[in-house]
Order: sequence, then structure tokens, then C-alpha cells
Amino acid sequence: MNTYYFTEDHELFRQSFRAFLEKEAVPFIDQWEEDRRTPREIWKKMGDMGFLGLSYPEEYGGSGLDFFYDVVFNEELGRCNSGGFAITQQVVQYMSGPYILKFGSEKLKQKYLPGIISGDLISSIGITEPGAGSDAQNIQTKAIREGDHYIVNGAKTFITNAVYGDFIVTVVKTDPAAGAAGVSLLVIDQDAEGISRRKLKKLGWHCSDTAELHFDNVKVPVENLIGEEGRGFYYLMNGLQLERLCAVPAAVSGMEKAIEVSIQYMTERQAFGRPISKFQVLRHRIAQLAAEVESLKAFSYLCCKMFDDGQYDVKLCSMAKLLATELCEKVATQCLQFFGGYGFMESYPMARMYRDVRVGTIGGGSSEIMREILAKIIIDDVGYQSAGKGNGQPSKILKAASGAEKGSATATIEPSFDNLLAIMQKQAAKASPLGKTLQFNLEGQSIALDGRGEVNKVVAESIDADCTVDVSMQDLSALISGKLNPMSAFMSGKIKVDGDMGVAMKLQELFS
Amino acid sequence: MESYFFTEDHQLFRQSFRDFLEKEVRPHIDEWEANRETPRHIYKRFGEMGFLGLPYPEVYGGSDLDVFYSVIYTEEMTRMNSGGFCTSIGAHSGLALAHINGEGNEAQKQKYLTAGLKGELIGCLAITEPGGGSDVASLRTTAKKEGDHYIINGSKTFISNGVLSDYIVAAVRTGEPGAKGISMMIIDRDTPGVSATKLEKLGWHASDTGEIAFDDVRVPVESLLGEENRGFFYIMQHFASERLAMALIGVSQAELAIDLALEYMAEREAFGRSINKFQALRHRIAQMSSEVMSTRVLVYSLYRRFGDGDYIIKEAAMAKLLGTQLSDRVCYECMRMFGGYGYMESYPMARLLRDSQLGTIGGGTSEVLCEIISKMIIDSKNYKAAV
Ligand SMILES: Cc1cc2nc3c(=O)[nH]c(=O)nc-3n(C[C@H](O)[C@H](O)[C@H](O)COP(=O)(O)OP(=O)(O)OC[C@H]3O[C@@H](n4cnc5c(N)ncnc54)[C@H](O)[C@@H]3O)c2cc1C
Ligand SMILES: Cc1cc2nc3c(=O)[nH]c(=O)nc-3n(C[C@H](O)[C@H](O)[C@H](O)COP(=O)(O)OP(=O)(O)OC[C@H]3O[C@@H](n4cnc5c(N)ncnc54)[C@H](O)[C@@H]3O)c2cc1C
Repeated sequence: MNTYYFTEDHELFRQSFRAFLEKEAVPFIDQWEEDRRTPREIWKKMGDMGFLGLSYPEEYGGSGLDFFYDVVFNEELGRCNSGGFAITQQVVQYMSGPYILKFGSEKLKQKYLPGIISGDLISSIGITEPGAGSDAQNIQTKAIREGDHYIVNGAKTFITNAVYGDFIVTVVKTDPAAGAAGVSLLVIDQDAEGISRRKLKKLGWHCSDTAELHFDNVKVPVENLIGEEGRGFYYLMNGLQLERLCAVPAAVSGMEKAIEVSIQYMTERQAFGRPISKFQVLRHRIAQLAAEVESLKAFSYLCCKMFDDGQYDVKLCSMAKLLATELCEKVATQCLQFFGGYGFMESYPMARMYRDVRVGTIGGGSSEIMREILAKIIIDDVGYQSAGKGNGQPSKILKAASGAEKGSATATIEPSFDNLLAIMQKQAAKASPLGKTLQFNLEGQSIALDGRGEVNKVVAESIDADCTVDVSMQDLSALISGKLNPMSAFMSGKIKVDGDMGVAMKLQELFS
Repeated sequence: MESYFFTEDHQLFRQSFRDFLEKEVRPHIDEWEANRETPRHIYKRFGEMGFLGLPYPEVYGGSDLDVFYSVIYTEEMTRMNSGGFCTSIGAHSGLALAHINGEGNEAQKQKYLTAGLKGELIGCLAITEPGGGSDVASLRTTAKKEGDHYIINGSKTFISNGVLSDYIVAAVRTGEPGAKGISMMIIDRDTPGVSATKLEKLGWHASDTGEIAFDDVRVPVESLLGEENRGFFYIMQHFASERLAMALIGVSQAELAIDLALEYMAEREAFGRSINKFQALRHRIAQMSSEVMSTRVLVYSLYRRFGDGDYIIKEAAMAKLLGTQLSDRVCYECMRMFGGYGYMESYPMARLLRDSQLGTIGGGTSEVLCEIISKMIIDSKNYKAAV
């Protein structure tokens, strides 16, 4: 299977990274776990070796490599059997850094990216608050602009790397009245005045530091805003896919490792005069687990491949995250059982795995939240589902969609190109000018909208637009007729936006 | 996701095959289920349309298409919701003809494969015996050589197409006890001494499942398929594709169950709202859909390797194990979404549930698959290709 996704160069990278970890990390992890902290030197060493910033551009010190190097990176971290060790750089490289890389100003990139790639800087992502975790839209931390600064007040909790780290990509409300549209991302330095922190004790991930943070009139320069005000929720929706996805290869390799060490133990351990690897129920349990892990691995690789090809598939990423973290629980529990009493002892590997995997189904969107997202995509979006399978009957899709929404004048819109073009021309003329250019790619044909003049002009051609939106004709008709909300269409992957997100934000206006 | 495995041509084939099935198969399924057999004329229609020979060489009337055409074939067949119908066609084109195409000599192929792909000569594959199914190596039906004939004695059971087929590809003992004394033999139905009785069963109603007795059946030595005493290895070899197909059927059944449930849940109301608004049911759908998607990607990935010539014994066993388990679980859960209607024959779930049950039994039970997998990963046993 590997040959479909990895080249020889990937495998060479794997060998050298594995050798590095076996020499520089694995022998010390027990100590770090005990210390409840991983020393910075290891990140510096990783940076020196070029193991960090794999897919970050070279201008910031990265290596500009494809995503399967990141897959290897995560797989090898996963084999170290310490969730706490693995999560540190996962948060830095995949959960916080990308917001700066993708949406930050050049100045922010220059300031922070070289440091996280050299291993000098450790970053955090601060979303969760004492009062809001799953319900991320409901965060309360405020950042109110005063002159050149934002004044930040509020609290965050369960924030990885935020006790010993250097800066936090913090999710704040710049417009507390506006709901999701008032959410912004701010880079806040850990040494800023007014931040206090408390280190939290926890079940697992012992060598990772987890903090509760309080912001008391913390002054943050406006240039620390990532992207634009009010766009934070979109950035997050975009970034969470990567966060969820990169947990998957690490989970798979962790499970493979657990099965490997179990088999090894089972062939050595004797009971009733034979190695326990001869007992059929244990053998079949191994077979079952190995099959499930193999299956997840195939799925994981395909999701990673799609990501590598630029396809954010919310549905598949959510499925992979859900399945991987749930399977980890099962594998950890059942593999620990193979070890009998030794499984319960810290001197054997399963105890740590058992407690470390427990956070998987909670963090990064709990299993319940994954199922909520999936249920919305699968059950409420009949159109998406059928279209995806290629067996949809258009009439049925529109009928199903129309059940949902307002009795607007445009009951059902015939999803033909000419018809859509005509309607778009009418709608766009009514809406206030976008100020930028926007292009819809509709199954091979294009509609361009030029909003730089007094009125938005819509023509059937392809231009070099500030922002492009890929959408099916079916979904565009649903958008126009108000049966599909642009935000949920974005989250469910029905529309794919490339380029200036600000333009995309205005879709709502265009279609209302 | 599909675009990583299927081309536009594949999807065009899917559409035309689906249209064909909707027109010529779907309307008759209930009747075939009630009659407990699939009529011969539909094999002929399949043959005329070229649907029996997708992977087979063109010289014998096949189309020599890549494995993903067969994947589409299996997926669309499964959506007809009649395991019995699928098996009737499949035991012929996927089992009997696979052995003939794989090990048959030119004369055998000219005779059985050519007519078989036209749907004119129907076959079956007979391995299981009343005394043992899982333990293939201990089979007891004997074929003793006498001059230029073999004399066959013994019996086979649970054989799909075992009553209606024109010939039987049978595993028989020609040599020493154990795996190394087994050969494959083609036995024409009208050979004196061959008799069969039809068995009644839980599901797969449109398929005839037979018990076959061989009483001093004389067949010419030319009936031997492949080399003498190599039969066990041939069987194992063909298991990879059979198991992949069963894995795919499992996944497709599960997917069908979810689709049917989704449709029903959108329409059915309880406590003043459609039941698809109840969170407990929604999350169950989300969970099952994820498992189905993941397993589907596994099966597709393995088909890709299989198509590229990889010998995937362990992985095919894994896929079949997971796909058939999944199907049982999902069909059961989805049937429950229908409440009492799920139990009624006028709704599709009852048949889907009972048909699914064969998955974990046929083509190697789940336990046998776990035996193979655990031998390979715990004892580092290797199975090599027979050729
Ligand atoms: C070790 C650790 C490290 C973490 N690191 C970070 C970090 O670096 N940055 C960060 O921002 N956050 C981090 N988190 C926080 C994590 O993302 C949250 O814990 C998670 O999102 C869940 O939020 P919550 O704890 O508030 O639970 P809640 O949202 O209160 O959920 C409680 C329970 O209710 C369920 N639930 C919630 N909504 C629904 C619903 N609609 N339907 C059904 N069930 C529902 C949940 O699934 C859960 O079982 C970390 C957490 C841990 C434990
Ligand atoms: C509808 C139908 C159609 C079929 N079509 C065909 C066909 O076309 N051609 C054909 O040749 N066969 C066919 N079969 C037979 C099928 O392949 C066998 O039923 C299957 O291989 C199991 O064999 P058995 O029934 O003898 O069960 P047994 O081998 O007797 O097994 C009984 C139970 O013991 C378990 N078991 C066996 N060995 C072990 C072990 N080592 N460790 C743990 N558990 C074990 C099994 O898993 C099973 O649960 C068909 C069966 C059915 C029901």
C-alpha cells in the first residue's frame, strides 16, 4: 500500500527521523513524563536537523515538502508511545502555525514562523474556554480595539503548550455582539503583561503542559491580528480539518506499535505450559484488531492524499478523526489486557498508551461533535449526499432541500448554467459592490463577478479573480434560493473557496 | 473520493449497468425470490450485454476490463437487494468461471468459458461437504483414476447453483490425505451418477442451494482442471478475489441499508417530527456511515493492489472479515430504524438483514479468516502464490 503514497525519499526521511527519535527522545520520555514537562532542547535539536516546518515555505526556514512528509512525521511521533510528546509539535506545526502561514501578514510570518521551524519558539492554539469547548462559537474572551491595540479580557483553558510556550494563537471576539462573525484570531505573546496561568494536572499526556490562562487587560498590538477582523471562524473551520487529519496517521502508527509489542509479549509469556500467543481467543482478537487498524490506515492515507491534493473534505476528515480516536480506545484497552498485570504497570508500555489515548475522543472536536457534523452533512443535506454518489435525481434533491427554508419567491431554481447566470446578474446588481473580483467555477464553466465598480458586474467568463468558489450548479441554485446557507455550505465542503477569504465572507450578502 | 479509483468511463459503465438492472432485473426480483430461483433467461441477457465477462479475456467473449469495472458490477448488483440473485449469477461467473479461466486448458476454455460468458452454460463451484466446510484440506469426495477416466464418489453440500447448473467444478481427492491430494474436476450435470437436492434456507431466496451426490460418476481424464493434486492451492488462490468481492458486497449492503434508512427516516414522523431529527438516531447513522466509508476505502485500496498484481491473502481476509461483520451490524441497526415496518416483507429491510447473514459464513467463516490472519501476523506464516 505504501508505494501508492510514499516515495523512496519519504522512506529515507522516515528512517532518519526514526533513528533521531530513538536516540534523542525515546530513552528520555519516561523522565519527561515524570517531570510533567518536555525540555526545549529536543525541539531545538529537531529544528537543527530540519525535521520541523516540513511543508512550510523555504523563505521562513521550512522545507517546502509535500504533505506525506508530514504524514511520516506524525506516524513516527505516534510510534514513540507518548501522546504528550507527540502533541507538542503537532500543536505547533499543524494546529497553530498554519493560521499565521495561511492568513497572517508578512510581518507576522517573519516574526513567528522561523522560530517555530528552528525549534526556538513553541506556540499554542487557544480556543477552549472554561465556559465553552464544543460550542466554540460561544467563546467570551473579548478583544476590544483601543487605538493601536486590542485590550484582551477573558480566560482560556486546557491549552496545550501554554505553560512553557512562547505565544498563543488566541481566538477572541472582536465584536462580542456578532456571534461567529465577530470572531478573530490574535497572536498573543506569553510574556505580555496581564496574562496569568495555571498548570493543570491531568489523566494522561504527562510530558505535555496544559494551561488555564487568564487575560486581564492584556494589550496586544493590532498588527498581531491574523488576517481580518471577524473572519476568525472561517479560518478555524479551515484549519480544524488539518488538526483533525494529522491526529489520524499518528493514531494508526500508535496502534500498529501496540499490536507489535503485544505480539512480542504474547510469544514470550507462558501460561498453562505454552506461550499465550497460542490461545485462540487472543489470536483472534489480534487478528480482529489488526484488520481494523489496516482498514483505518487505508482510509487515513486516502484522506491525507486528498488533503495533499488540496481537497478539504470535511466529511471524510471528520469520519477519520472519529474512527481513529475511537479505535485507539479499543486497541489500548484490548492490548493492555494481553499483558495481564504487567499491562497495569508503568514499566510496560500499555499503561501510558491507555491513559494517553483517552483524550483523543475529547480534544479537537469530541466524538459527539464529529457525529453532529456528519449527521448534518449526511442527513440534512440530501443534495450533497446524492450528488457525491453520482446517483442523485435532481428533482428529488431540490424537493428535499426546499422543505427546509423560507417561502421565498424563488421556490425552485432550475440548475442550468444560463439560468444561474441570469439570476446571478440580477442578484449581484442589487447587492452592494464587493470591491473585489470573484469567480464561480461551475462544473467546468465559469461565472465571473467584478465588484470593483459602482455595481457588481456578472459575466460568463473566466478571469484571474481575487477569490474563486468551486460549487456545483445544484448547490449554487440552492444558495441563490436561500435553501443553503453559505457558511454551512462552506463547512460541509459543498463550496470550496480559494484566495481572498474576505470576498467569500460576502457571499452571504450576495445571496440574501 | 471516488475519483481516486474510478474514471469517467467507469462511471459511464455504472450508469448504463444501473439502467439495465432497473429495467430488466428490479421489477422481477420479488418473483424470483418467491420462486426460490433465478431463471435462465436472465443469464442470457447478462451474457448478451457483456456483463458476465468483464474481467475475462476477449478471445473467449470477455471484455478484459480492469478490476474497477468488476467493483462497479458488484456494487450495482448488490443494490438490487437480493443476495440470492447476485449469488446465482456470481457463483457462475465469479466462482466456476474463475477456476476455468485460471486453470483450464484451451479446450476447456473453448467449451465452458465461451458458452459461459454468453450465459448459455451455467456452472457452480463445489468445495464444501456435509462433513466439513472450513477444513477444506480434509475433504473426502474421491476421484480414482481408472484408465482414461476418474471414478468420483462422495457428496457436496451448500452449493450455490448446485441444482440448476449445467456442470460442476468440484474439489475432489485424487491423492494423499491433506491439502496436497486435492484436484479440481469439471463434472457435467448429465453424467450418470450425479444427483442433487435443493435445500431450504434462511435467506438468499432467489438462489438455489444444493446438496450434490456423486455415485460412481465416470468422467474422462480430460475433466481434470489444472494439474493433479494442486487443487487446494488453486482454491486458496481464487479466495483472494472471492473474499474481496464478499467484502465489497458487505460494504455495499451496509451502504444500501443506510440509504434506505435515511429515506425512511426523512418521511416517518413520531412525536411531531420526522425521526431523522432524533439525535440518538442521527449519531448512529453518522457512526455507521463513517465505518462504511472507511471500509469501502479499504476495499477499493485492496482492489487497486489486486489489479496491480499484488498477492493479498492477509489483506483480503481482513477486508472480508470487516466488510461482512459491518454489513450484519449495519443491516440490523438500520432495520431497527424502520420500527415494525422493518420486520415486514413489503419493506426492504427484512430481506437485506437475512441475506446479509451469509457473509460471515461463506467463503471462509470469520473464525477461519481470523485463523489465517493470526497465523500470518503472529506466527509469521507466509502463503505464496500457486503459480
Ligand atoms: C489534554 C487536553 C489538551 C487540550 N488542548 C487544547 C488546546 O491546545 N487548545 C484548545 O483550544 N483546546 C484544547 N483542549 C480542549 C478540547 O478541545 C475541549 O476539551 C473539547 O473541545 C471539548 O470541550 P469541553 O471540554 O468544554 O467539553 P463540553 O463541550 O462541555 O462537552 C462535554 C460533553 O458533552 C458533549 N457534547 C457537547 N455538545 C454536544 C452536542 N451538541 N450533542 C451531544 N453531545 C455534546 C461532548 O461531546 C462531551 O462529551 C484540550 C483538552 C484536553 C483534555
Ligand atoms: C447459502 C450458502 C451458499 C454456499 N455456497 C457455496 C458454494 O457455492 N460452494 C461451496 O463450496 N460452498 C458453499 N457454501 C458453504 C460455505 O462455504 C461453508 O458453509 C463454510 O465454508 C463453512 O463451512 P461449514 O458450514 O461446514 O461450517 P464448519 O466448518 O462446520 O464450521 C462451524 C463453526 O465452527 C467454526 N470453526 C471452524 N473451524 C474453526 C477453527 N479452526 N477455529 C475456530 N472456529 C472454527 C466456524 O467458524 C463455524 O462457526 C455455501 C454456504 C451457504 C450457507
